[in-house]
Amino acid sequence: MREISFSQAIVEATAEEMRRDPSVCVWGLDVGPYGGAFGCTRGLYEEFGPERVLDMPISELGYVGMGVGAAATGLRPIVELQFSDWITLPSDALINQASKMRYMFGGILAVPMVLRAPVGGYLAAAGQHSNSFESMFAHIPGLKVVLPSTPYDAKGLLKSAIRDNNTVLFFEHKKLYEIKGPVPQEEYTIPLGKADIKRPGTDVTIVAYALMVRKALAAAEQLAREGISVEVLDLRTVSPLDEEAILNSVKKTQRLVIVQETWRRCSVGAEVAAIVAEQALDYLDAPIVRVTAKDVPIPFSPVLENYVLPQEDDIVAAIRRVMRA
Amino acid sequence: MEIPRETLIRMLELMLKIRHFENRVKELFAAGEMPGFVHLYLGQEAIAAGVCATLNQDDYITSTHRGHGHIIAKGADMKYMMAELYGKATGYNKGKGGSQHIAWPGLGILGANGIVSGGIPIATGAAMSAKLRKSGQVAVAFFGDGASNEGAFHESLNIAAAFNLPVVYVCENNLYGVGTRQPRVRKIENIADRASGYGMPGVVVDGNNVLAVYEASLEAVKRARMGEGPTLIECKTYRWRTHFEGEPDTYRPPEEVEAWMRREPIAPYRRHLIEQGIISASEAEALEQRVIAQVDEAVEFARNSPFPAPESALEDLWA
Repeated sequence: MREISFSQAIVEATAEEMRRDPSVCVWGLDVGPYGGAFGCTRGLYEEFGPERVLDMPISELGYVGMGVGAAATGLRPIVELQFSDWITLPSDALINQASKMRYMFGGILAVPMVLRAPVGGYLAAAGQHSNSFESMFAHIPGLKVVLPSTPYDAKGLLKSAIRDNNTVLFFEHKKLYEIKGPVPQEEYTIPLGKADIKRPGTDVTIVAYALMVRKALAAAEQLAREGISVEVLDLRTVSPLDEEAILNSVKKTQRLVIVQETWRRCSVGAEVAAIVAEQALDYLDAPIVRVTAKDVPIPFSPVLENYVLPQEDDIVAAIRRVMRA
Repeated sequence: MEIPRETLIRMLELMLKIRHFENRVKELFAAGEMPGFVHLYLGQEAIAAGVCATLNQDDYITSTHRGHGHIIAKGADMKYMMAELYGKATGYNKGKGGSQHIAWPGLGILGANGIVSGGIPIATGAAMSAKLRKSGQVAVAFFGDGASNEGAFHESLNIAAAFNLPVVYVCENNLYGVGTRQPRVRKIENIADRASGYGMPGVVVDGNNVLAVYEASLEAVKRARMGEGPTLIECKTYRWRTHFEGEPDTYRPPEEVEAWMRREPIAPYRRHLIEQGIISASEAEALEQRVIAQVDEAVEFARNSPFPAPESALEDLWA
């Protein structure tokens, strides 16, 4: 099968959906002739023109809020934030408007908007360009939150997100953009809310998503040489969560390590741990272990950043810990 | 300007509906019949009526916490509004929204909004949607003087002007943002002056004169529909009541309130229509009686409607 990069997968998914549905349009900062800061809208302006690919001023609340209004009135806007860190600025449009309009109005309209935004660290980009805010938004009823880990998943999930009638936050890890992987030429979609076993195993389950899936797979490979069989479950969507897949895997392996790049407190990983504690505690042979960022802002100096963010070695150590118990 | 007779009478009817609806809500709320909070539109009736009289049914509006007037003027049925205020299952939004969140897309009503300035980007986005779909629709954002100091206002006006969007920004300047007299926290006299900073016309009108509002809105809507871009209309007005019902009026001089109440918008307009022979005094009286009967009917409908099933609180989240 041919291989394309994660960012090319984003472009392909967007272009295919724009060809399929004239109500799909793209707006954001530098998404036009510039092609997007990470190349994720490259070629769209040339193919679809300035009516459907709109460069916006640096007014995040303005243009994300407009996405809400446009989505409520017949368009399917894909709004790109150049960095997800800036999502604090349009947060009212997401938290008080997009997520609530359908519910508050008694189900009489929908807000089919996709907000795409790069997340993540390991780039020495410091405290305002390295964040992963998915836990905050997974907390909000009415928003779907997706974080793919491969080009294949990115393409299939983005196509589903664009077709979804709800507001979907689609977070793309910056360290994944240039990673290549197999993506078929043929049309396919991947349903939102379904986790995926990226590596089957029998001794311990790692629940991870986004870039952490790659780190988990590397750790699993390392431990396989020691005879430890690690299952890597990629959540892909953190809201809604695929509880069934998490519980099935944990019931099989009876050990759970949760890996996430973002902070520990009140996070997606905390939710996963709570679900397992509530519904599968009797199956566990060892306490749940979480590998997360330390609860401080992401620091600049690589020495500091690497200390704060989870590393492959931390995952290996966590697995050894649950295996000893 | 020649305004069609039915439009002139329609504006009187809309203002009367708003006046009687709000007066009744005031009484029912004071009597403890309604849960929550209500923000009344009394005194500002000419703005909603004058603007909405220039709109088509499929044109969009976004409204505010003080939204009953806009919703009525856009053509809503007071029965379903009143039921929503009572938290009943028959309300426009099944009791999930209440006074501050009434919406009905079939009439272009994209929602009253509890966030000051929250509707401004939404109306701007609806205008972008109308433009890209080439539907010929126009969007109107209603908001107050307070909202004009929010970032959402400035960001939206800049984008709307840059893209020549079919949107009209209607600022209802009633002098107070909750309990703060706005000239104390704003340097300029006229909010409409801000329009020039974004490259669109800014118009100041007497918000208590429905004909003045109608003319300004007609021009702005025409401009928008022809693809010539947005307009900011500032309507000078006053709210008769405090920010919300039950709030003590400690921050407004009584003589100021009285002076504005003497400038109320409906009676002079009604006299004008009678003098011009548009409507007779008895026809006007019959119109008002019909409106009062509709409000009575709305209250009865709301009172007799069932509450939603508690479990319905879990419905309508996902599309």
